[in-house]
Amino acid sequence: MNLETVKSELEALVPGCRLEVVVNPSPSGQHSLLVDAEHAFAVAESLRNAPSLRFDYCSNVTGIDWPAKEVSAKVKVRKIVDGAEQEVEEVQKTTIPGTLEVVYHLFSVEQRTGPLPLRMRTTDRDSGVHLPSLTPVWRSAEFQEREIFDLFGVVFDGHPDLRRILMWDGFEDHPMRRDYVDPDDYEYEPTAHDQVLARASQHLTQAGGQ
Amino acid sequence: MDEKLKTELSKQGIFATSLQELYNWGRRSSIWPLNFGLACCAIEMIATTMARYDLARFGAEVFRPSPRQADLMIVAGTVTKKMAPQVVRLYNQMPEPKYVISMGACAISGGPFKQGYNVLKGIDRYIPVDVYIPGCPPRPEALIDAFMLLQKKIDEQHLTGADRPRFLNADQPSEFVVPRFGAHDLEPPQNPAIWKAPLVQITQADTDEPRNS
Amino acid sequence: MSTATYPADLQPLPEPLAEGNDEQFLEISMGPQHPSTHGVFRMNVVLDGEHVVRLKPVFGYLHRNHEKIAENETYLGSMPYTDRLDYICSITNNWGYALAVEKLAGIQVPERAEYLRIITGELTRLQNHASLIGFLLQDMGSSGTPLMYAFTQREKVLDLFEALTGSRMMCNYMRFGGCRVDLPAGWLDQAQKVVQEFPRFLDEYEQLLVSNEILMERTQGIGVLSHQLAIDAGISGPMARASGVNYDIRKVDSYGLYSRFSFRVPLGDHGDVYDRYMMRFLEMRESVKILNEAMRTLPGGPIVDPKMKIRGFRPKPGEAYGRIESPKGELGFYLISDGSPNPYRYRVRPPSLVNLTVLEDLCLGRNVADVVAILGSIDIVLGEVDR
Repeated sequence: MNLETVKSELEALVPGCRLEVVVNPSPSGQHSLLVDAEHAFAVAESLRNAPSLRFDYCSNVTGIDWPAKEVSAKVKVRKIVDGAEQEVEEVQKTTIPGTLEVVYHLFSVEQRTGPLPLRMRTTDRDSGVHLPSLTPVWRSAEFQEREIFDLFGVVFDGHPDLRRILMWDGFEDHPMRRDYVDPDDYEYEPTAHDQVLARASQHLTQAGGQ
Repeated sequence: MDEKLKTELSKQGIFATSLQELYNWGRRSSIWPLNFGLACCAIEMIATTMARYDLARFGAEVFRPSPRQADLMIVAGTVTKKMAPQVVRLYNQMPEPKYVISMGACAISGGPFKQGYNVLKGIDRYIPVDVYIPGCPPRPEALIDAFMLLQKKIDEQHLTGADRPRFLNADQPSEFVVPRFGAHDLEPPQNPAIWKAPLVQITQADTDEPRNS
Repeated sequence: MSTATYPADLQPLPEPLAEGNDEQFLEISMGPQHPSTHGVFRMNVVLDGEHVVRLKPVFGYLHRNHEKIAENETYLGSMPYTDRLDYICSITNNWGYALAVEKLAGIQVPERAEYLRIITGELTRLQNHASLIGFLLQDMGSSGTPLMYAFTQREKVLDLFEALTGSRMMCNYMRFGGCRVDLPAGWLDQAQKVVQEFPRFLDEYEQLLVSNEILMERTQGIGVLSHQLAIDAGISGPMARASGVNYDIRKVDSYGLYSRFSFRVPLGDHGDVYDRYMMRFLEMRESVKILNEAMRTLPGGPIVDPKMKIRGFRPKPGEAYGRIESPKGELGFYLISDGSPNPYRYRVRPPSLVNLTVLEDLCLGRNVADVVAILGSIDIVLGEVDR
């Protein structure tokens, strides 16, 4: 199963879609296809229905949190130094915006091919977290998309029953995000250090201990 | 009464006992556990009731599915925060006298999953526990040992006096606060009447000296 | 709103649950504490008399944050946690994880280790299917005796595991590139004896199932899963094959050295509860065949890849999805590495959770008693569903 042929076929079937092959540097060789959120539903339907592809079995739906990352790079800039224009090396910091990613692993039961990872990314991690739900295409995504909504906060438009699945309904956080801070359950740690020591000492002084 | 006199009489077919002994013997020989398995330890609990490590010969003849008919709750497995209110509710529904065996590392203190945001760090935060069984999972023999320990504990309970057990003491509660689901955690995160965080000297990681020496 | 459709050939469709129309329906919650031994699973069932009108499963009562904990652990440190996913079959969980990491880092596995993996994996399959059938009969009301027979066999297999790995249930046996420990003296003879006695137990047990009229009444034609819905809903394992889907990952992916062993893949015709149970029997017989052959032809050699260094194990950045045919279905692990000793994202694809997608479809219109039988035939373990 050549990813380039799949990509060109999809581009023919769904005009206007923006597909990108994401190369996987590990020895597994499982390169994936990044699709834009607008055309994701049409691409998914073509993947399932096209007679040459027939990816009818969606095995796994995963959510991934990529927080915003600051990247600093040394850049040569022309600046005026001591009255003369010179080329100076400057450290430029750029922020790669954060995103939430959803990866679908697709297989074909008919043609015994796979896995084909299909990726979608949200615009950002705060308000632009809407993605189209692929549950109408592959029913196996139903509970797994609910789990991503629960633990990451991605809202799937078009999901028949989007509510929390693993945490209770009144829970307000999205625990699998990288910046989640879990509640301060006092724990007894005999050789505490760093943050655990700081937290535990608070409790000790409050309780009037040693 | 003298032990030797007791044995002499029993050889003649006369049994001398006290009300306390008789009462406790009846209760400890017929403890019916509640059918309550949460996770992996539940499978070891089931294995303990099967033909190889038969728990029925200790009096746990049937596992009752309804808490109203059970004496003992073996909390086998990780108690998560989502499940904790249900556990406490079931405990409250059990009629006195009731006992709790905390089976496995997860029920004692959260076990291997202690760092989890949804894991309750030990069921003894909300309900009083009688016997703790360490292990992950504890072997069926360990569960049988805990059962025998519980039986010994029941044997030694006094019917009158200040140290009588909870169910004979009208001042002590037999139902405990059921936690509610809060926005970030259970409310309250523990029951202060039952569980107090252990106050210990916390040592620095790199030296063995206590911090406030 | 529900994705399930009410079957047309059953009882007439009751009035829609509109406002004010709720009085004739009874909403009950089956679980999270109920006598069926599947664990803390809850189903909100809306009943019209005895017939199920709507069924919504509620999960999360055993959500132990395995994926979050794995982000703070090293790769090898997560191996004991995989034992506790599907806690009845711990060795196949280890295998799935080891396979995913081997794909991620490009590690080869020596021949003897592959054979040992197959032997222990198929033994796990045997004891899982035997326990499952015992649990089914227990749920349908047989008060423990068939379960005791199944557990006798299970104890024999657990004795083997204990002699080999040190623990009955949480075996922690696989390592990246092979297995943790080699067979002790006499283990192979003992294992061959256990496997040789297994067909006799299967014949005895099958008689309970096949010629029992009550069982046939209660399981045939109940909970029929169609071929198309099985593929669409991502059903895998014996449940999918009972509906006629010819997809066994041992044959499709040929992971390990399964291609060397000749075994058939049984398929069902009807996809009802009865077929799902017969599937387990047939699979157990095939497993016995694989075991006999593997134990007879076990080669010598190292049990772990000699080039593999676990200290400071940092796979190159990248990702991998590795899957195996666990006794419950397709167990997959999706790992993303960023070059550090801990995985960036660690995801378990649980067969039990995805198999539960169709629970409502199978139960609509049926009695409450059938719900118990259907749930039992799906074969779920809550450690896997909730992770």
